[in-house]
Amino acid sequence: MYRALADAIADAEAGGTTLAVVALASESRDHGRPVEEIRGVLARALAVMRGAVADGLTGEMRSASGLVGGDAAKLRRGPPGPLSGTPFREVLARALAVQEVNAAMGVIVAAPTAGGAGILPAVLTGLADARPVDEARLIDALATAGLIGAVVAERASLSGAEGGCQAETGAAAGMAAGAATEMLGGSPTQVGHAVALAQQATLGLICDPLGGLVELPCVFRNATGAAIALAAIEMALAGIEFAIPVDEVIDTMGEIGRTMDVRYRETAGGGLAATPTGRRLARERLYQIKRA
Amino acid sequence: MVSLLDIIGPVMVGPSSSHTAGACRLALLARGLVGGTPDVAVLELHGSFARTGEGHGTDKALTGGLLGFRPDDDRLRDALEIAERDGLPYRFEKTTMEGEVHPNTVRMTLTRGTEHVVVVGSSLGAGRVRLTEIDGYEVEITGSLYTLVLTAEDRRGSIARIAQLLADASINIATLRLSRKERGGDAFMVVETDEAVPLVLCDQIRGLGWVRRVRALDKVTG
Repeated sequence: MYRALADAIADAEAGGTTLAVVALASESRDHGRPVEEIRGVLARALAVMRGAVADGLTGEMRSASGLVGGDAAKLRRGPPGPLSGTPFREVLARALAVQEVNAAMGVIVAAPTAGGAGILPAVLTGLADARPVDEARLIDALATAGLIGAVVAERASLSGAEGGCQAETGAAAGMAAGAATEMLGGSPTQVGHAVALAQQATLGLICDPLGGLVELPCVFRNATGAAIALAAIEMALAGIEFAIPVDEVIDTMGEIGRTMDVRYRETAGGGLAATPTGRRLARERLYQIKRA
Repeated sequence: MVSLLDIIGPVMVGPSSSHTAGACRLALLARGLVGGTPDVAVLELHGSFARTGEGHGTDKALTGGLLGFRPDDDRLRDALEIAERDGLPYRFEKTTMEGEVHPNTVRMTLTRGTEHVVVVGSSLGAGRVRLTEIDGYEVEITGSLYTLVLTAEDRRGSIARIAQLLADASINIATLRLSRKERGGDAFMVVETDEAVPLVLCDQIRGLGWVRRVRALDKVTG
């Protein structure tokens, strides 16, 4: 797999093809698996993603602690806002939906992790269903997202315990932004700018879940992370360029993660987890789980 | 080497790739070491597993793994009830392990009939796992390949014999690690292979006079 997005972009541009194609070719070479077989695994992942979106939108999912759940359905059934009826609102609803399913021990695709699992399915299926986009292009988009995530894993990190939330929902936003930009007709170079635009917006984002549970603020970080991805897609497809090359933005995320205080890396020792209310809620809810 | 399919995956029951999917995989590997669902199990949780495990369903995921459920099996949610219904006394304890121990670590003491094992493993993030100790022997088992765990007399030519048997069955060795506690004591061999080792071959290896124990573990990732 590529270690720099710049190399993948150069190969795709030179070959007059997409990042999905070069990513699938690279994966096939590395692991000795036919491209069709890899696409088959991605097709199954896509089906699970769609299932999680549907389950979450029912509004029936509740986490063991009761801290989160039912908010995805509010965006579907609740009072309208200025962006009602647009893909924006639908994407927010789907991101919350998948994370509510995750918190309730439902089946999801960790993409790249369980904590950031709402963003990619929300952005890809939310935008695809509004068009519509066919299944093969959605599978291509997952391959592109996988390429972006693999580069982030190599150069920085995909773990909140290592790099904070920028490495989980931040990386997911970058993956979703790049993948959807390509799915909607953007060039490999535009994909690079989309990833950079999304990732720069999440630099420094800490991982501070109440009680260490993947619930609060994780569920909402998925919705806002998806919103950042949408902003990046809109800008990149309009031809806006980000001056710092995408690989350097990713390196910056890694560097910030390595120097981030341990309180902000999934330990519940700082941030929202350490607020008076955060501590109280965690205490009460963990007690409730033990009694259940 | 990072695989695209590690990034888009695994398909798993939430909420945490390390505390839920990883925990399940560790228990699946441990289950393989006693050859099936253990009758009795004591699971000692260390670090973050002990601190936030209940909220992440780590207890359910470990129990589910011992029952043979994989990370994407939605029966994981009800694993504690299923174990109780089946009369399996699985006990959880919190512990603090000495030395440089990964924050997400569990020590599992399992019994199944006459089989018994004490195994330590850690969940490394994004669902990746590593067994670090089996019955006091240091190991490094990731479950990304098929794994053969052998206990044998410490004697010359043993590795060559095992390697030959595997080669004859067209099984490719990816890694091989040998350790022993003392000279002349038991040798402990961990062989990771690209292909699964069939039962008949396990029996054949078991039939070698100097081999005491053969345990074949399935892949738990990829």
